[in-house]
Amino acid sequence: MWRFVVGRLLQAIPVILAVITVTFFLVRIAPGGPFDSEKAVIPEVKAALEAQYRLDLPLGQQYLAYLGDLAQGELGPSFKYPGRSVNELIAAGLPATAELGAYALLVAVVLGGLAGVVASLKPNSAQDYIPMSVAMIGICMPTFLLGPLLVLLFGIHLEWLPVAGWGDIPGDKILPSLTLGAAYAAYIARLSRAGMLEVMSQDYIRTARAKGLPEWQVVTRHALRGGLIPVVAFLGPAFAGLLAGSFVVETIFQIPGLGRFYVQAAFNRDYTMILGTTVFLSTLIVLFNLLSDILAAWLNPRLRAQYGEA
Amino acid sequence: MTAANLTSVAQAEQGTSLWKDAWRRLRKNRLALFGLAVLTAFILIALLTPWLAPYAYDAQNLDLGASPPSAEHWLGTDIFGRDLLTQIMYGGRISLAVGFVATAVALVIGVTWGAVAGYVGGRVDAVMMRLVDILYALPFMIFIVLLMVVFGRNLLLLFLAIGAVEWLTMARIMRGQVQSLRQQEFVEAAVSLGLSPATIVRRHLVPNALGPIIVYTTLTIPSVMLLEAFLSFLGLGVQPPATSWGLLISYGAETMEEYPWLLIFPGAALTLTLFALNFLGDGLRDALDVRGSGD
Repeated sequence: MWRFVVGRLLQAIPVILAVITVTFFLVRIAPGGPFDSEKAVIPEVKAALEAQYRLDLPLGQQYLAYLGDLAQGELGPSFKYPGRSVNELIAAGLPATAELGAYALLVAVVLGGLAGVVASLKPNSAQDYIPMSVAMIGICMPTFLLGPLLVLLFGIHLEWLPVAGWGDIPGDKILPSLTLGAAYAAYIARLSRAGMLEVMSQDYIRTARAKGLPEWQVVTRHALRGGLIPVVAFLGPAFAGLLAGSFVVETIFQIPGLGRFYVQAAFNRDYTMILGTTVFLSTLIVLFNLLSDILAAWLNPRLRAQYGEA
Repeated sequence: MTAANLTSVAQAEQGTSLWKDAWRRLRKNRLALFGLAVLTAFILIALLTPWLAPYAYDAQNLDLGASPPSAEHWLGTDIFGRDLLTQIMYGGRISLAVGFVATAVALVIGVTWGAVAGYVGGRVDAVMMRLVDILYALPFMIFIVLLMVVFGRNLLLLFLAIGAVEWLTMARIMRGQVQSLRQQEFVEAAVSLGLSPATIVRRHLVPNALGPIIVYTTLTIPSVMLLEAFLSFLGLGVQPPATSWGLLISYGAETMEEYPWLLIFPGAALTLTLFALNFLGDGLRDALDVRGSGD
């Protein structure tokens, strides 16, 4: 097991390094400097600014200096908000985004897992078709359509829930979490249904039934663990999707989170902010992928045996 | 269990005609046929839009403003008095074009990459697939946003960027196919006949791997269209005066309180298309008996 964990950790390093390098040079070859818009900038001021952002150094040295900063956890200053660092902006946006993501993941795993398991218990019956059709709708309906539709229905027509905000009015976290989690609930429903169907036909399930366990115990104690491995493996990629989805959801519901900052930085061409956030988010995604792989391997006795003894 | 049965059935009948057999099975799948019909209709409408659209693309009626669906404007009008049906038809041209062109880009890169890696094998294969692994781990949604920011928001770049993202799975599928095919006698025969590797890949390997390629292509198109709509919704994709379903949804969401039809109809067009493509893809997967790909 440890060999597997260490091996995967070592694989993550070149990926993160590649992300940093590609992002850095992409941002640097972007047409137009960050101070081009301010026409009246005196050459001395411009030079000072460029020195502050290290734009006066050769590209290679800029890159090395940036790597050095990163090693110390320093993501650099923002171009657009002088005096604020990317670290501060991330610190300001991360709590809301993390909370939103956690709730959405909860929605996805609980709703999706439940629907998938329920559907798998009676395949090709109404109990299977109805949740699976709803899941198909969830997959085909993009977040940026579902969000406004939910707002229209529950916020405006029924007036049950607030239409925007985060933590200002009670209940304003429900719609964003549902919106973000829905598509992943749908995928998880399909994955867990397929996983459960496969597991339920295995011999060890027959053994469990043969020794007289009630069906609910067969499902909860024996089938779930194996049946949900595909779901756990999916959580890594789902996390990346959730982050991207948070761009949209935070924009729709006006949540002051990292996703909204990122989109704003993209519009403002705040290069250091984009660079810093991309590096930060990418590292997070790579690490989460790693975690989900390790967890899936740990749940899978065959893989555990393969890496455990060696 | 059923998958295993299907495999043996497919193998038994492969001698006659794989395609006839697949079509026979697809025809029984109502949802897939529905998907095929919707898709065909939408593509035809998109191709014929300049002749079919009830109004000119840039026709405005500022006196009318936003009006709900009526006899003159079946799907209503937007705040500038532009006919929504016309907007959706023209937007669909772009959304579908992005879907098909970007998928074609992904298809060409992925199939070539996978075929070369799988056919050459050895160290070349290891390096090529290692690169795919690394790229796989990159958060591409974020990278596309980055690309659109850095290089400006133009449609050609959108095609290329999305295509460049989606080829990875295709490369993996193709490599797996080629690896298993190249062991077979007809490839050995082709080699002993002195055919060049390029010819063998083109004439013998790619046609034999068409099933999984077609299935995965069908399932790539909807994810590409979603990506385009996602970017357009954020304002980083298709730019006015051009329009797409994602852009129309984004406008609709801004004014949905007063004019809900501006959100609902473009949303329905996009959702219906994605439905159709997913059903068709699932149906093709069953009909061509392709397992474990694309997920």
